[in-house]
Amino acid sequence: MPEYTLKLRRYSPESGEPAYWEEFTADLDGHRSVLDGILQIRDREDGSIGIRHSCRAAICGSCGVSINGRPGLACHMHLEEAQKRAERDGGVITVEPMGNMPVLKDLIVDMDAVHWKKMQRVTPWLIPEGEHPEREYIVPKEAMVDVTQTMACIQCGACVSHCLSMEVDPLFIGPAALAKAYRFVGDPRDGQQFERLRDLSEDPHGIYDCTHCFNCIEACPKGVAPMSQIMRLRRIAGSDHGIEDRNNGHRHENAFVKNIERNGLLHEADLLPDSYGGKFHPRAVPELLSSLPIALRGLQRGKITPKKALLHEHKAPQEVKDIFQRVHGHDTRFELNLYVSGKDEEQSGEQDNHDIVEGAQAHGTPSSSSAERSPNSV
Amino acid sequence: MPAHDVLIIGAGLAGQRAALAAAGAGASVAIMSKVHPVRSHSNAAAGGINAALNVDDSWESHAFDTVKGSDYLGDQDAIEIMCREAPGEVLWLEHQGVTFHRNDEGKLGTRAFGGASAARTYYVADITGQALLHVLYEQLMKNYLTVDRYEEWFVTSVVQDDAGEACGVIARNIRDGSMELFAAKSVILASGGAGQAFKPTTNAMICTGDGIAQAYRIGAPLMDMEMIQYHPTTLAGNGILITEGARGEGAHLYNAQGERFMEKYAPNKLELASRDVVSRSEQTEINEGRGFPDGTVALDITKVPRKRTLEALREIVNIGRDFAGVDITREPIHIKPGCHYIMGGVKTDVWGETSIPGLYAAGEVACVSVHGGNRLGANSLLDTLIFGRRAGEHAADRAKGMSMPVPSEKSLADEQAMIDAIVRRERGVGRRVSEIKDELGTMMNEKVAVFRDQDGLTEAHAIVHRLKDEAKSAYIDDQGTVFNQDVLGVIELGYMLDCAEAIVMGALERKESRGAQFRLDFPKRNDAEWLKHINVSANGGDEPKISYSEVTMTQWEPQERTY
Ligand code: SF4
Ligand code: SF4
Ligand code: FES
Repeated sequence: MPEYTLKLRRYSPESGEPAYWEEFTADLDGHRSVLDGILQIRDREDGSIGIRHSCRAAICGSCGVSINGRPGLACHMHLEEAQKRAERDGGVITVEPMGNMPVLKDLIVDMDAVHWKKMQRVTPWLIPEGEHPEREYIVPKEAMVDVTQTMACIQCGACVSHCLSMEVDPLFIGPAALAKAYRFVGDPRDGQQFERLRDLSEDPHGIYDCTHCFNCIEACPKGVAPMSQIMRLRRIAGSDHGIEDRNNGHRHENAFVKNIERNGLLHEADLLPDSYGGKFHPRAVPELLSSLPIALRGLQRGKITPKKALLHEHKAPQEVKDIFQRVHGHDTRFELNLYVSGKDEEQSGEQDNHDIVEGAQAHGTPSSSSAERSPNSV
Repeated sequence: MPAHDVLIIGAGLAGQRAALAAAGAGASVAIMSKVHPVRSHSNAAAGGINAALNVDDSWESHAFDTVKGSDYLGDQDAIEIMCREAPGEVLWLEHQGVTFHRNDEGKLGTRAFGGASAARTYYVADITGQALLHVLYEQLMKNYLTVDRYEEWFVTSVVQDDAGEACGVIARNIRDGSMELFAAKSVILASGGAGQAFKPTTNAMICTGDGIAQAYRIGAPLMDMEMIQYHPTTLAGNGILITEGARGEGAHLYNAQGERFMEKYAPNKLELASRDVVSRSEQTEINEGRGFPDGTVALDITKVPRKRTLEALREIVNIGRDFAGVDITREPIHIKPGCHYIMGGVKTDVWGETSIPGLYAAGEVACVSVHGGNRLGANSLLDTLIFGRRAGEHAADRAKGMSMPVPSEKSLADEQAMIDAIVRRERGVGRRVSEIKDELGTMMNEKVAVFRDQDGLTEAHAIVHRLKDEAKSAYIDDQGTVFNQDVLGVIELGYMLDCAEAIVMGALERKESRGAQFRLDFPKRNDAEWLKHINVSANGGDEPKISYSEVTMTQWEPQERTY
């Protein structure tokens, strides 16, 4: 059996000690998961390692963690693959708790405090208009398939873990909850489409607070593509209901799009000035000043370095440019749905769409290994 | 002390449905689960839910299929109720927001399933259980004012009053290790099955038979425990499930010689014969040397159009890729029968009442019995919902004329002492919990599986006894209070061992072959002597007691069972 070194983030709130790293070895077939590795270590060596787990098959959403800096399910990542990805970290598979949520113990985070609170925020239940029919609601087949993509969410929190907007604005409703919101907005049985959309548009932490960082799409093990769902919410709010974005979010979003198109990956130092009309736009100065804490945080975390802020080390790869060209050059609305699209069975809808997200997604096969798709995953 | 009219243990479909029903009937309700409700094992029921909702279908036909599937061990009054109420339940689910698959007219569409004479399985792609579970949880979030949720609380025992009535539970808050006594006029056990007593199993790690053992320990009889379903299509090694939906959509089974062997065993229904029949056929092929070297046969889904597979079986496309490295749309996948479901459980009536007043059971933890010797695919979701709802309604009704009981604090102190003693056990003296669990599972999967005999079962019985002894000194590493999963593992091991004992005793007792129980030494069904339920009850420290109960017949006389 091959051996794998797993470095786990340990934290025991009772000890009074800060979190620390501990290394273990697992010997398992490379096809087994990181969760299997951790469970083997628990069984053999140290039963006190805390990790939520149950199904082992990526359906219960218990085992969200961050593996070598990438969020995902421990049961959904092969040891072999994890090892390969860990090469730049010396071949050590590093597992730590998800981000954006407080740690309770070892790899266990407080999902109630963040994830479930946000979920409750989007009124996550169907509100039909009037009495229900005697039999079933008659609704288009496609509509049910469409919302089933968001029904596929297993509430694992992986998308929340690395959501860039949530890092900056902890009040941001976030990818998973907004994907859940789409599940109702897109459901023809729901009678509150307008109210839901107005609510989520007017909330400064709502749909316009997403910065298009792609992290949630990349993180999601179930192909829910939260960012795409958020884009659809915006589109329906704006085009179909004429709801205005009063919170500058849309400009912020455009800045991100431009930034990615130019650099191929998110260049955060540029982002703030861009969203206020470019670095030397007079408006940028006061606005930038008010955003200063955000930039400082970026500096602290190494996301923005002074060097990076001035020089672009990356040029947009051809792939990213292709996506933009393809989408901008398309007249039809790409309604991406993983339940209906395969490479050879792409669907195209009836309305106009110039949305990068769907385009980016329509490139892929219905696979959850979306890493290649994200221009931000360099 | 928290007090509720109705306290539900377990928050899968049965528990959540019971909670909504009880709250709807005006009771004060709490639902408690050792995991967050959406982590429950109901997620794994991929294929769908049966209901005779089409005008050209009838509940009688559904009931007959279920009776026949059960190998005539199911109680026909309960089966009638389930099948009659199924259409209303599916519509209720639809109205709550379940995104059921539609046909071209926008109405509910169906797929075919094993053992059924009509296509009556309603579904959401291949995430039906997950979709139902999450939609019910949406309703719990909506009803947060009327249903209290205790998420990540672990029940250590059900408490009885002096008269023997259930009056509450003792539970440990997993987040901080504190113990609490809960008072309740009624307790509904809805905490699922015991598949983890087998290894491998399709069951999630949480399925450790908690509720079955909790009821058993306070004197409730367990019924049909020997009836363990082996699902025909699980991955070798890790036991991960490939949904029956695959065969429902048209996938075929082949042995290593490329023969579609089901033609031999079930010439009419082929791959869609009932699960016990298909599993036995596969195991026969494997045992007689016509399987692949890894002890498997092949499931070929490439027969199904690729677009359809991607749309309706997407989850198993992912499972094939992630857990077996196979693209199921292009090549066959190796599978074998694997432990999947326990038809037996805590004996209840059609309202979920156990023999202990105030204690109810619903879902896989219970045995009503609607599944008898073999459960049909897509009947388990139905069972959880129908009997979960009925238990919730009945318990709410019962609460109306009652005052709140006051359970004794002494039981709380006892349980606290029990846990403290486990934490204090000397390390390195006994065996590790994981070792015992592993031995139990491997042994059960060898001796109490698809084919059984007297010798194997007798050995199994002795081994379970030895493991029970060893479990008393099994030690743990975690001394903490916050998320001490280690100490819970010891308690779960105890639950599993109790379940295993009852399973083995039932299997030893039933000297015939019926449904999931196939005795090599008694290969025929024997209606004259064994058309009856076997009950196992705890008996203080002594060997458990065996008793029998009648199978309720309404309109279907036992016939020979062919597919
Ligand atoms: S795309 Fe938007 S929602 Fe998704 S992770 Fe980035 S900021 Fe968060
Ligand atoms: S959207 Fe994806 S990553 Fe986010 S919680 Fe749902 S399944 Fe997990
Ligand atoms: S254990 Fe269920 S998702 Fe990983």
